[in-house]
Amino acid sequence: MLKFIKHHATSIEGIEIFPIIAFFIFFLFFLGLTIYVLRYTKEEVEELSNLPLDHDSPQP
Amino acid sequence: MSSEATEEPKVSSAKSNLETFYYDNHIVKLFLIASVIFGIVGMLVGLLAALQLVWPSFNLGLPYTTFGRIRPLHTNAVIFAFVGNGIFAGTYYSIQRLLKTRMYSDLLSRINFWGWQAIILSAAISLPLGYTTSKEYAELEWPIDIAIALIWVVWGLNMIMTLVKRRERHIYVAIWFYIATFITVAVLHIFNSFELPIAFMKSYSWYAGVQDALVQWWYGHNAVAFFLTTPYLGLMYYFIPKAANRPVYSYKLSIIHFWALIFIYIWAGPHHLLYNALPDWIQALGTVFSIMLIAPSWGGMLNGLLTLRGAWDKVREDPVLKFMVVAVTAYGMATFEGPLLSLKNVNAISHFTDWTIAHVHVGALGWNGFLTFGMMYYLIPKMWKTNLYSIKLANWHFWIGTLGILFYAIPMYWGGLTQSLMWKQFTEAGMLAYPNFLETVQQIRPMYIIRSFGGLLYLVGVFVMVYNLIKTAYAGTFIANEKAQSAPLAKEFKAPANEHWHRRMFERTPLRMAFFALIAISLGGLIEIIPTYLIDSNIPSIASVKPYTPLELHGRDIYIREGCNNCHSQMVRPFRSETERYGEYAKAGEFVYDHPFLWGSKRTGPDLLRVGSKYPDSWHYQHMLEPESMSPGSIMPPYPWLFDDDLDVSLTEAKINAMRTLGVPYKAGYEKEAMSDVVKQQQMITSTLAGDGIKVNEQKEIVALIAYMQRLGTDIKNKK
Repeated sequence: MLKFIKHHATSIEGIEIFPIIAFFIFFLFFLGLTIYVLRYTKEEVEELSNLPLDHDSPQP
Repeated sequence: MSSEATEEPKVSSAKSNLETFYYDNHIVKLFLIASVIFGIVGMLVGLLAALQLVWPSFNLGLPYTTFGRIRPLHTNAVIFAFVGNGIFAGTYYSIQRLLKTRMYSDLLSRINFWGWQAIILSAAISLPLGYTTSKEYAELEWPIDIAIALIWVVWGLNMIMTLVKRRERHIYVAIWFYIATFITVAVLHIFNSFELPIAFMKSYSWYAGVQDALVQWWYGHNAVAFFLTTPYLGLMYYFIPKAANRPVYSYKLSIIHFWALIFIYIWAGPHHLLYNALPDWIQALGTVFSIMLIAPSWGGMLNGLLTLRGAWDKVREDPVLKFMVVAVTAYGMATFEGPLLSLKNVNAISHFTDWTIAHVHVGALGWNGFLTFGMMYYLIPKMWKTNLYSIKLANWHFWIGTLGILFYAIPMYWGGLTQSLMWKQFTEAGMLAYPNFLETVQQIRPMYIIRSFGGLLYLVGVFVMVYNLIKTAYAGTFIANEKAQSAPLAKEFKAPANEHWHRRMFERTPLRMAFFALIAISLGGLIEIIPTYLIDSNIPSIASVKPYTPLELHGRDIYIREGCNNCHSQMVRPFRSETERYGEYAKAGEFVYDHPFLWGSKRTGPDLLRVGSKYPDSWHYQHMLEPESMSPGSIMPPYPWLFDDDLDVSLTEAKINAMRTLGVPYKAGYEKEAMSDVVKQQQMITSTLAGDGIKVNEQKEIVALIAYMQRLGTDIKNKK
């Protein structure tokens, strides 16, 4: 019964590569994001998260 | 314009380093007022639509006020007018303060405001008049689409130029969300609006069938993501810390929240088309990414709630925080339920029912509505330099609004589940237990009544807020240009030696960040949609599927004009409960000439994919004139004007030409013969009707609609 909706994409040549590409993009993206966030220093985080609160403090 | 006087930075003599400048509160005020007014209009229209589903007489017997035209008016008003103006108000307020500067251009701000209101006005006029593309949340016709794109760019340009002239080196995470909103909505809107105009206010979608559906729900899903979610997350990251007077719980988490959310969200669109005639692997991707979305969504929700750690005593007293806490909680509930609904086995039950309506209203009433209200309760006393007129009334609004949400959502969950189970129920003999669709409608009618009451409660709360805020404003004095001081950015900035490259890469150069955000949001769309272009030639072509006749094409346009697709799907899913009730399930190859696709997303009435030749012409004639005469207990409104108005055939040639341009194989020169075919088919139908004792002028619109209805799904229908 499902045969009509199941195999639309199978006739595309090299279709198997799509999910693999997707997985790698995804994996690398999150690896990068994790590294990116871990490298913040405490001072930077402190300063950034206080941005909405100090409107009038002078700049360094 | 006042800005010219106030904009020039003056260097104060005492502290030579500080510049004095003024925040533009006037533009924030304008957007807030517009948001409230259109919020009320949108909710009133929603209430009308809810009542129409209980008592069809609320359709008022006018073409302009039937449910099919009112429903898109409601969704557009709430999304683009209420929330849209809320986005602009919140961003214009917070951007100036986060970047320590006035907006780049007062003129652009004003163009943004008046342009957006003009768009809303044209939507409010054109939708009831029946000008619609039929694509959900993108119903507006092509001239308005172009205006939306232009005004959107005005907002983005104003924002980016403000970033360029900022006095704060670091760009707070809220602004990242605004930038992603700007970029993504622009991309979505442009690609989903590819349409071929055939006249002023009439166009056909560039895509057909499966592709059209995929692009539409790539848009529809991400309109929710990037119009109703990301800008409001930005507002959450600004206004919750402001209102609680403490920094966000975890800034690192907010960064993960941002990148993960925008990267994953874009993939999840296909979950709107589960079990539809769509490649399996795309459905699977949609499901997988929807499940993954729980992580960033809940990360963000917890980040918002945990910001209030140790400040819960404030939440008890401050109405602003109360509204925001419920808003963020509603966000958490909706983003947990969303992935749940994306599981194929859950979706099989929930899809096409009021469950979806409950789901979106938890988001709209809870998340968007309450965050907007919280923001208003915060901003109006601030900008009018006074205290809120009555905390008691605000608390009253809070409780009546919360009750309203419950009275809305719970009956809709109940009704949706009930109706779906009834659709799927078989007797022991293997027959449908409720073969009459209307039985399932009548069963949940009490739920529709309670839902209307919930909507009314919510609306009453809004009126209480309006009264409270007007009283507040009268007690204070509006500060149109709020004075502030800050040092300019040093021209030559030396980064600390230990600073990481990525800080430079993303966080100080807004354009570069926008570019990376664009990449993040493009990947999912590209990977899912590009193969569908390859599919085009791979859809199992069905030889018996032929283009519509010119009269059927006219009838289809009437179907679109009346918004029939708001209540009737044309998508039989491959379940026995559906094939028993409606007939053969839908195949991708059936829709290759459907510009636009009309699969629908809700079955307030039965599916129509195989309705062709199911009933005689006279049945349709009587049914459109007086639905209850053929279907006792029906909640469908009558369409008497279809019997009075003559079919407009002036565009026959243009329609055939346009369809041919879009790839429908009408033979060369057919546009010249089309008109005679129209007349021939009209005469055929009127003579059939005459055989049943119905005399009707063949020029009338109803004849064209019958032609279309009788064609539906017959190309591959199993002849019995």
